[in-house]
Amino acid sequence: MDIDSIRSQFPIFSKKINGKPLIYLDSSNSSQKPLSVINTLDYFYKNEFSNIGRSIHSLAVNATNKFEETRISVKNFINANSKDEIIFTKNATESINLVASTFGQKNIKAGDEILITELEHHSNYVPWHYLRETKGAIIKFAPINDDGDIIIEKLKELVTSKTKIIAVTHLSNVTGTVVPIKEIVEIARKKNIPVLVDGCQSAPHLKIDVKDLDCDFYAISGHKVYGPTGVGILYAKKKWLEELPPYIGGGGMISEVKKNKITYAPLPEKYEAGTMPTAEVVAFNESIKFMQSIGFKNIIEHEKELTNYALEKLKKINSVSIVGNPKNKAGVISFTIKGIHPHDISTIVDEDGVAIRAGHHCCQILHEKLNLTATARASIGIYNTKEDIDTLCNAIENCRKVFNLK
Amino acid sequence: MDLKELYQDIILEHGKNPRNFGKCEKFTHKAKGYNPLCGDQVQVYLKLNKEKKVEDLTFEGSGCAISIASTSIMTELVKGKSIEVSKKIVIDFLEMIKNTSEMHSNHLDEDQKIKIMSLSGVKQYPMRVKCATLAWHTLTSAIDEKKEEVNTEVIE
Repeated sequence: MDIDSIRSQFPIFSKKINGKPLIYLDSSNSSQKPLSVINTLDYFYKNEFSNIGRSIHSLAVNATNKFEETRISVKNFINANSKDEIIFTKNATESINLVASTFGQKNIKAGDEILITELEHHSNYVPWHYLRETKGAIIKFAPINDDGDIIIEKLKELVTSKTKIIAVTHLSNVTGTVVPIKEIVEIARKKNIPVLVDGCQSAPHLKIDVKDLDCDFYAISGHKVYGPTGVGILYAKKKWLEELPPYIGGGGMISEVKKNKITYAPLPEKYEAGTMPTAEVVAFNESIKFMQSIGFKNIIEHEKELTNYALEKLKKINSVSIVGNPKNKAGVISFTIKGIHPHDISTIVDEDGVAIRAGHHCCQILHEKLNLTATARASIGIYNTKEDIDTLCNAIENCRKVFNLK
Repeated sequence: MDLKELYQDIILEHGKNPRNFGKCEKFTHKAKGYNPLCGDQVQVYLKLNKEKKVEDLTFEGSGCAISIASTSIMTELVKGKSIEVSKKIVIDFLEMIKNTSEMHSNHLDEDQKIKIMSLSGVKQYPMRVKCATLAWHTLTSAIDEKKEEVNTEVIE
């Protein structure tokens, strides 16, 4: 893998931050975009823009075709059975809300249980909380251990005859835990419980095969997969999309509208009301091509090497503690420094051009569990190098200097 | 801007050894402040005497060096002042941190002004202004006996 050639595809790396080269270690938050994605957005708006699926003029036909090409690319990217199982949304958050809302409407009643875990991002908790508020559902949390791994035995014990759905992340955005989805699906299958996987963090880092995982729903955000903002993916097994009610109502998602009756469009349009983020979906195809051009074998290898390198170097710095020590860890490294609040760390390393995140990373349940109010987080993307990690470590040493730590 | 201007020794020192930390005895007013962006929180305990003067002012909570130092210095400056004057000092502080970088106040002496101006560097870091102002808004809330928690995303 030629890292220089990969980096050269990202124009942002030629920019200086506070007079220093940008060291971008906030990819879990959102990834940077390769030129092919940026150029496609630009080209599409300049040469090909039209709304899709409605008009029959040439521009509309071409735009619709381009839009649908992305759907097929996504289908292949995650190995879905059919393009009809791919729904475009705004982001993974909307994908999860879509499922929580429609599944909840049809299948959840008072006293029913929704099983999530202590690792979840707020976006895989709050949508289910709505069902707690509106339907009287009960939310249970499968616990994690100190390493940041879900205790599968405990999860198993929490499954009851009232459990209606299990919703779990594939990769924690705090501890970097890669969750054994297949094990969880196996537990769920025995009781005929559907499983939703929040794949927001995993999609850029792991090869996703929804057939192999056998999950019922899988949510992805395009902007974390080197794609534009405004594009999300919901994969759902066809039977669910056929069975569940529509989500947002409006143009494009209907078949026939009468004063006394409305019928809905077939899949996937049933779930895509209103004008979609057309240019963004078209450009998202380039993100997939970008990742495929590198290949997941290379992506995983590169990121694993960098993660191990970073962990080793960070552990050597006095007073740095790494949050969690999961069995299988991806390139998400949250840490604390004794005597320096994460916000102060972030401000100080920013001075050296290093972009990291500080806070609770939308995981307050997890932080509470770990007895932390906030952590600093360095997260790796395909474009990062060992030099980036070295700069981060030097910047952390500088934090210690500013704070006069011994 | 030099980081040392933001993290002056006095800020680091107050951040590390905050003054008036804990719950004061027989407080008459209290309020809670919360910054949902980072999870920082502060509780302010205020004891007013019969003349409506701040007899004691303490705080509990967790936060960054900027927020802890700002809160610590606030408790020092406001103690002994009447509630009217306390509220004016809060307004003067907010004006300094958001606009002027200078502390103009008729209610503080020069040493106190110099001390509080150690926080003026925060103005250069827009994302950090809320760290510095959280406790001050919370103090106003305590004085006004507001029931709801101060939330940095709701004020201003």
